[in-house]
Amino acid sequence: MVDLLKELTEAAGVSGNENEVRDIILRLAQPLSDKTYVDRMGNVIAVKKGTGSGKKLMVAAHMDEVGFIISGIGDNGMLKFRPVGGIDQRVLVSKRVLIGPDRIPGVIGVKAIHLQEPQERNTVIKQRQMYIDIGASSKEEASRLVKLGDYAIFDSSFLIFGQDKVKAKALDDRVGCSIILELLKDRYDFDLYACFTVQEEVGLRGAGVAAYHIEPDMGLVIEGTTAADIPDVPDHLKTTKLGKGPAISFMDYSSVANKDLFKQMVRTAEENKIPYQLKENVSGGNDAGRIQQSRAGVPTIAISVPCRYIHSPSCVMDLNDYKNTLLLAQKFLKGCEVR
Amino acid sequence: MKDLLGLLTATYGPSGNEDPIRELIENEIKDYVDELSTDALGNLIAVKKGNGTGKKVMIAAHMDQIGLIVTGIDDKGFLRFSNIGGVSVLNIINRRVKFKDGTCGVVSYESEIDDIKKLTLQKMYIDIGAKNKEEAAERVEIGDVAVYDAPMFASGDRLSACAMDNRVGCVVAIEALKRVKESDHDLYFVFTVQEELGLRGARTSAYGIMPDIGIALDVTLTGDTPNARRMAIKLGQGPAIKVKDSSVISHPMVKNLMIKRAKEANIPYQLEVLEAGGTDSGAIHLTASGVPSGVISVPCRYVHSGQEMIDLRDMMQATDLLVAILNKDL
Repeated sequence: MVDLLKELTEAAGVSGNENEVRDIILRLAQPLSDKTYVDRMGNVIAVKKGTGSGKKLMVAAHMDEVGFIISGIGDNGMLKFRPVGGIDQRVLVSKRVLIGPDRIPGVIGVKAIHLQEPQERNTVIKQRQMYIDIGASSKEEASRLVKLGDYAIFDSSFLIFGQDKVKAKALDDRVGCSIILELLKDRYDFDLYACFTVQEEVGLRGAGVAAYHIEPDMGLVIEGTTAADIPDVPDHLKTTKLGKGPAISFMDYSSVANKDLFKQMVRTAEENKIPYQLKENVSGGNDAGRIQQSRAGVPTIAISVPCRYIHSPSCVMDLNDYKNTLLLAQKFLKGCEVR
Repeated sequence: MKDLLGLLTATYGPSGNEDPIRELIENEIKDYVDELSTDALGNLIAVKKGNGTGKKVMIAAHMDQIGLIVTGIDDKGFLRFSNIGGVSVLNIINRRVKFKDGTCGVVSYESEIDDIKKLTLQKMYIDIGAKNKEEAAERVEIGDVAVYDAPMFASGDRLSACAMDNRVGCVVAIEALKRVKESDHDLYFVFTVQEELGLRGARTSAYGIMPDIGIALDVTLTGDTPNARRMAIKLGQGPAIKVKDSSVISHPMVKNLMIKRAKEANIPYQLEVLEAGGTDSGAIHLTASGVPSGVISVPCRYVHSGQEMIDLRDMMQATDLLVAILNKDL
């Protein structure tokens, strides 16, 4: 389980360029599924035939992650870049990145403190003022290593630390991918359509297309969601807390959870004595928004593993939350009657 | 119509929690329709069959209303909340709100705020009179939604209540559904969910129905109050035929037909260009390979506040116009 998370989080897969992580998922999903395929958007769909009803349950996790795209190469060999997905520009300075298929190392640079005007020191440096330094000294040299449109990821390795804590990039949503791969090991009454979606971080694009051609009878989304259980955040804005179990969403900006499924999820947790929390804030959005509104509508629910510092190179989660989210999903699917 | 509107505006039904309002509408119309169903998102779909020679028409009125969703309960029993739909800070200060089970509360804000312009929902709370967290948790759960508690009053033809947006449209649909008797067309009256969260119910119901023509019924803003933002819509001047809002440009065929039918029947009307805001036609007209769509709006002051004001005559004439449209060729 830990090895799987490590492999998945360290793989590259910025929105629109999910090849590397897709290959890993395909390799792992194939032996567990009756059929796997990649649709025209690039979503991986693994089908596990059910034992009965013939109803379709779509379980989705997005395999893309936030990152960067190279938008310019300067005469001095420095790279201009733009974020892909929502990234707080304050986390960028001095971070290491890996660019393109050959993983060319680079660092995100800005003017050193000595050269900044007093006024500049007190304001956030804009992403557009930053550049990626790959150690090249001319445009020609840089162009041999990097092409316009190349993607870059945070250079950040998987680490277990403290009490069952994990630090990695892209926990949002490789935790979901990893959990779904586990779910594929079981067989259910309904047909399970395990979807590893693309381009969630740029607007839930993959999930909409996948849901349209799968035409599911029910949707379950497994996510990594924001946890703000950190100093200086008032209690009512913490959203989720590490170590308190999977977060069940009643609403976010993309969807309102189906009432029956919400109750069923809470009941499943309580009956099986699995710790859980409600996502105590309305924020963000995920694939549930698109699945729910696909065609004539699909009852949909989302559960999430709480992660601190998401969309940064160092997301932090609790392994117990991960295990409990998997357990909750397993119990939910086992007891689930898809209509 | 007035009494029905009073009943509908007082009935609970925020986006995502439309059960009570759906049940009420269902009971109101069930004896007048050929088919009645609720789809996966909760849209109520009532079908009145035509004679087989007409078109498939979707008439959509959203039945959801804006609200406040509880996100947490603090140690002293105060409820923190987020918005369901377009909730403005100024409209909710010290307002009375109610939950589905009738639990009432007052919305207020942290008193350290010195500049009201800086007030955000995150600094506000609902006080349900609970003495501590345990007591509050007995009455309200996280995820519960409160709506304005503001019964309707009448002053001449002017009516004021919360949730005129869009129980007015629901009443127009209900009345038209009862009155239309000779239509050639298959009429799909849809009471949609989650309009206030982005036209979500209309999107899925239109896909399920695949109509030939779409007509949404909703309220629109006015420009007839002191120093109002300029808008050529007034209360009491008749229903508004929408030309455009941020979600849709009405299909000329539908818009012109609405104008023609209004003229034929001597129904006063206004033309509406709404600069900000959208309605169900925004989702309907983009369904599958496209659906020519228009909107009949009832002018309404103070939209999304605890007291939204309309003119009864506008609502009645909106119904007359809709009936005139549905009874003839499309």
